[in-house]
Amino acid sequence: MTSQPSSSARPTASKGKSSLKTGAQIIVDTLIELGVDTMFGYPGGVVLPLFDKLYDAPINFILPRHEQGACHMADAYARASGKVGVVLATSGPGACNLVTGLATANMDSIPLVAMTGQVRTELIGNDAFQEADTTGVTRPVTKYNCIVKDVKDLARLIKEAFHIASTGRPGPVLIDIPVDVQVNKTSTDGPDKIDLPGYRVRTKGHARQISMAAEAINNSKQPVLYVGGGVIIANASEELRALAQKANLPVTTTLLGLGSYDQSRPESLDMLGMHGTAYANFAVQECDLLIAVGARFDDRVTGKLDTFAPHAKIIHIDIDPSSISKNVHVDIPVVGDAKHILAEMVKEVKHQPRKRWFSKIAEWKKKFPLRYDKNSSEIKPQYVIDEVCRQTKGRAIITTGVGQNQMWAAQFYHYSMPRQLISSGGLGTMGFGLPAAIGAQIAKPDMTVIDIDGDHSFNMTLTEIPTAVEHNLPIKVCIMNNGYMGMVRQWQELFYGRRYSKSYLSNPDYATVARALGAVGETCDKKADVPKVIKAMLAEKRPCVVDFRIEREENVWPMVAAGKSLSEMDGLDILERLI
Amino acid sequence: MKHIISALVENKPGVLAQVAGMFAARAFNIDSLVVGRTEDPKLSRMTIVVVGDDRVVEQVRKQLAKVVPVVKVQDFAGEPVVARDLMLISVAAPPDKRPEMLSLIEMFKGKVVDLGPKFIMVEVSGPEAKIEAFISACKPYGIKSVARTGTIAMPRAAKTDV
Repeated sequence: MTSQPSSSARPTASKGKSSLKTGAQIIVDTLIELGVDTMFGYPGGVVLPLFDKLYDAPINFILPRHEQGACHMADAYARASGKVGVVLATSGPGACNLVTGLATANMDSIPLVAMTGQVRTELIGNDAFQEADTTGVTRPVTKYNCIVKDVKDLARLIKEAFHIASTGRPGPVLIDIPVDVQVNKTSTDGPDKIDLPGYRVRTKGHARQISMAAEAINNSKQPVLYVGGGVIIANASEELRALAQKANLPVTTTLLGLGSYDQSRPESLDMLGMHGTAYANFAVQECDLLIAVGARFDDRVTGKLDTFAPHAKIIHIDIDPSSISKNVHVDIPVVGDAKHILAEMVKEVKHQPRKRWFSKIAEWKKKFPLRYDKNSSEIKPQYVIDEVCRQTKGRAIITTGVGQNQMWAAQFYHYSMPRQLISSGGLGTMGFGLPAAIGAQIAKPDMTVIDIDGDHSFNMTLTEIPTAVEHNLPIKVCIMNNGYMGMVRQWQELFYGRRYSKSYLSNPDYATVARALGAVGETCDKKADVPKVIKAMLAEKRPCVVDFRIEREENVWPMVAAGKSLSEMDGLDILERLI
Repeated sequence: MKHIISALVENKPGVLAQVAGMFAARAFNIDSLVVGRTEDPKLSRMTIVVVGDDRVVEQVRKQLAKVVPVVKVQDFAGEPVVARDLMLISVAAPPDKRPEMLSLIEMFKGKVVDLGPKFIMVEVSGPEAKIEAFISACKPYGIKSVARTGTIAMPRAAKTDV
């Protein structure tokens, strides 16, 4: 990540030889030195010394209603801005409430620094009040974590945390800080240089591997670029565009890759995978060369591995060597930063017409477009998203819950800018949408931020509506309310004989709830009202929740059932019958 | 196939938990894991014996290298290497069986380190196969308990730049 100030430290003005500072002061000063101006967090007993220093620090502090919300907000702030998100919580329950948020960020490689308070050093291990083994609990869901036992190490460890979080394959880093370390004083002239002998990041790709990849592209008759979130993280969309257009390559993206490539371009195949387009999946299955960039061959993308891209030679560009040949055998690995590697590849590739390949793709596109029943008298969720896309001219930041709402948001909004879709891909965290919208709106105050959510996803974190109200954030929430856990219901319909076991519950009237919490609340239950309700929503300056009562048993099509090959897509016949 | 993997790690708290946690989270099977200090007080060496096909072991190597405090990872498979286990074993040895037992210990170049009325404790070191063979040889006499260090290893002279 390039937008974060490097940790090679500008000296702070207050750094004098003789001055003594408390740990809490060191934390605040170090954060400011690292360029942090926004934080998310929740106070508690053992972080009071730090909160006392935050009282008059020049940091925009966002107080959520639950630590999980804070963590998702910081995550989405990072996704939207490219900066490191910072979240703060107290010990025990505060730290444990971060776990879902950390795991979400970890799966999607999001740069996040979490700081937690801890009980006094001498009490650790005694089952003290609000004690939890935070580094133990969070170890599997962070890129790195540590506990600070000596105030002298504090500044260095914070700098290391930011460095680790934001470089290489980014990820969340947690620092656990006992309350006595926040109170203890130390002289501020101690060493605070990063010292990480085991942490090296390879940014430049190997020149010979790059040449081999470029040659394979030049020789390929039926190539496909398969692009993941790594391209967005690496800020490499421009290089991707240059490569695809110079070499004349069709481009498909993962869910997290949406926005890395302008979907309005004819060579865009949109999203691939379980709920991807037929033309993307068929192109992958028939390609002779698959160029994966910043993607990790997730099971939701590949379907059945044995039959994935059976005719393809595979190039894999990734900054994380452990991603390469993890799930599929890779023929030409290139380890390094996508931005650098793609820029180098652009120099070596040649334009190839590939007329037959593109005309085959054009046929698939014509035969199997994404569609929905426009003649239905019910509100189709796809129609709502279509209309949101039309009215925002495809320029809004979209956050999502998880499930059907997320897949429809991926299929029917058209993305053209990186960092435009903010969604929990790897972990699939329901409840992500609303706090993510808050974090994204804080990062991008001038953009329209819309949470396309499900009713059940929204239920999980709707407690954060007052946070948006308090900070006057004009976020919009579009609830695709079908009264079901839609994706669970869809699987129960398809694979469990329509036995809708525990996949519905009684929802409140969301418009009333929103109003009670200080936001604008609307209900839309007539198809004819959809355009004007969306228009009013977009004009609203306050947080706004719209409860769209959508068709209850609408399914996401097409679909590759779990364990099936990408070429076996269900629902294409259903889509073909719709005109 | 068994692979001996040697990892040089920073000598600081939590490193063992990070490495062990990674193995558990990724469902890799560990045969043995040994940690000890090195000539450099800042570094420890972990010697890990893992079982798996080449793809699994390649992932083990890469995932280990990814753990932040892990400085260097080496897979010794296919390399000339000296690998040793140390074992303490307590075997039933009543007075009438002792001469027999002692010649067995002699054959394995073991050492008697404790002698009780019914049991003797023997120290044996060597390649894993030898240790296993000694255990099998002791079985008929009655084994009370076994403590093993697990494998430590070092490449032979041609390649000692670890």
